[in-house]
Amino acid sequence: MAAATMMPYFGQQMSSKTELVPDWTGQEVSTGTTIMAVEYDGGVVIGADSRTTTGAYIANRVTDKLTPIHDRIFCCRSGSAADTQAIADVVTYQLGFHSIELDEPPLVETAANLFRASCYKYREELTAGILVAGWDRRKGGQVYCVPIGGMLVRQPVSVGGSGSSYIYGFMDSNYKLSMTKDQCLELTASALSLAMERDGSSGGVVRLASISEEGVERRVLLGDQLPKFSTH
Amino acid sequence: MEKRSADSQVKGVSTGTTILAATFKGGVVIGSDSRASMGGEYVSSKTINKVIQVHDQIFCCMAGSLADAQAVTKAAKFHLSFHSVQMETPPLVIAAASVLQEMCYKNREELQAGFITAGWDRKKGPQVYVVSLGGMLVGQPVTIGGSGSTYIYGYVDAKYKPNMSRDECLQFATNALALAMGRDNVSGGVAHLVVITETGVEHVVVPGNKLPKFHNE
Repeated sequence: MAAATMMPYFGQQMSSKTELVPDWTGQEVSTGTTIMAVEYDGGVVIGADSRTTTGAYIANRVTDKLTPIHDRIFCCRSGSAADTQAIADVVTYQLGFHSIELDEPPLVETAANLFRASCYKYREELTAGILVAGWDRRKGGQVYCVPIGGMLVRQPVSVGGSGSSYIYGFMDSNYKLSMTKDQCLELTASALSLAMERDGSSGGVVRLASISEEGVERRVLLGDQLPKFSTH
Repeated sequence: MEKRSADSQVKGVSTGTTILAATFKGGVVIGSDSRASMGGEYVSSKTINKVIQVHDQIFCCMAGSLADAQAVTKAAKFHLSFHSVQMETPPLVIAAASVLQEMCYKNREELQAGFITAGWDRKKGPQVYVVSLGGMLVGQPVTIGGSGSTYIYGYVDAKYKPNMSRDECLQFATNALALAMGRDNVSGGVAHLVVITETGVEHVVVPGNKLPKFHNE
C-alpha cells in the first residue's frame, strides 16, 4: 500500500498520494468463487464460475478454475489464486510420478489425499479450498472435499467458495441420489447461476466438465445461455 | 487473506436467526425459526416467537439483538395504535414499516436490529417491507433475513414465483426455513408461520420433527 505523505499540510492539496494508486493494487489476488462437484452413476460433473478478483477489480473474467490433475481427475480451486495454483502444480507432479510407478491410472482418492497432505501441512500459510473430482476403475465417480484447514471428506455433492453459502438451500432441496449425467449438469448450471447472481466475487461464465470412463467433456455457458429464474 | 466465515464476510454482525416473508395471490406469509442463542454456543431459548403482531393485520419479524428488537417493536406497536385511532382507520403496512424505519435510522448508532414487516391493507393489498440494520426501507415481493438467510438465497431465487396459491406459498416458506435451519447452527427449533389475508390472520406452527426432510438427513 502507498505510504502516507510526510509533507506538512500547506493549504490545498491537489491529491493525496493514496489517491494516485488504486486500492486494489495492494490486495491479494483471490478466487472468491463458486465451485461445485456432483457424483452420478458412472462419473462426476464439476462446475465453476470464472471470476478472479483483486479487491474490487476483476483481474480475470474468464478464469478456468477447473484444473486437470490427471487424465480423469480434476480439481476445482477456490481461495487464493496463487496458493491453489501452486498446490495443484505440486500435486500434478506427485500424481504423475506415482502413476508411472504404479503403471496404471491413479485413484481419485490418492489425488485427494495428496491435496490434503499439502493443505494440512501448510495450513497456517495457505488459503485454499479445493474440490477433487474424477473417475477411476475401482470406485467410479467420486467427489472429495478439501476445505481450508486440510480436512478430507468424500461427499456425493459438494460446493465451495464464497458463493457457495447462497446455494446450500438450493442444493439440499434439489439434489437427489441416482441422478443422471444430464440432470447433474442442469443442477450444477442452475446452482452456479444462482450463486453468481448473489455473490459479488463470483460471475462471468459457467464452466462445466463431466468426467467418466469415456473421458472428459468440457462446456462453457455464456451469459445469455445461463439458466434464468424469476428474480425480483 | 480471505476468511470464509459466512457471517463476518456477508452480513456484518451475526443475527442468529432465519426470517422471511413472501406475498402470494391474496395475502402474505411471514415466518421465522424459534432459536435464541448467545454467542453461537448456547441456546438460550428453543421456542421463542420472533413473529410479532404490531396491528390486526400487520406482523413483523425481528433479527439482530433481540433486546433491541423487542424494545423497538413495543414502541412501534404503541405508535401504530395511536396513529390508527387518530386516522380512524387501520394503518397501512407501509406506515408500520416507516415507523420501524424511523426508529432504526434515528438510533442506528446504538441499535442492532433489522425487521421484515408484512401485512394486508385495503389500499395496496398484501405487502412485504424490509427495514435493514442501518434503517433503509425497501418493498419487495419476497425477502429473507437473519444469519440463516445466506444459505437459502439460491433456493428462494429459484423457487419463488409471484401469485402463488396460499398452500404453495406456505410450503415454499416452510421448505425455506427448514433448509436454512438445516445449515445454520444458530437457527433452529420450530417454524413459526403467519398467513395474513383480507379475511384475517392464521398462525401455523411446524414442530421440528414435522419439518420437511431433504436428501442428506
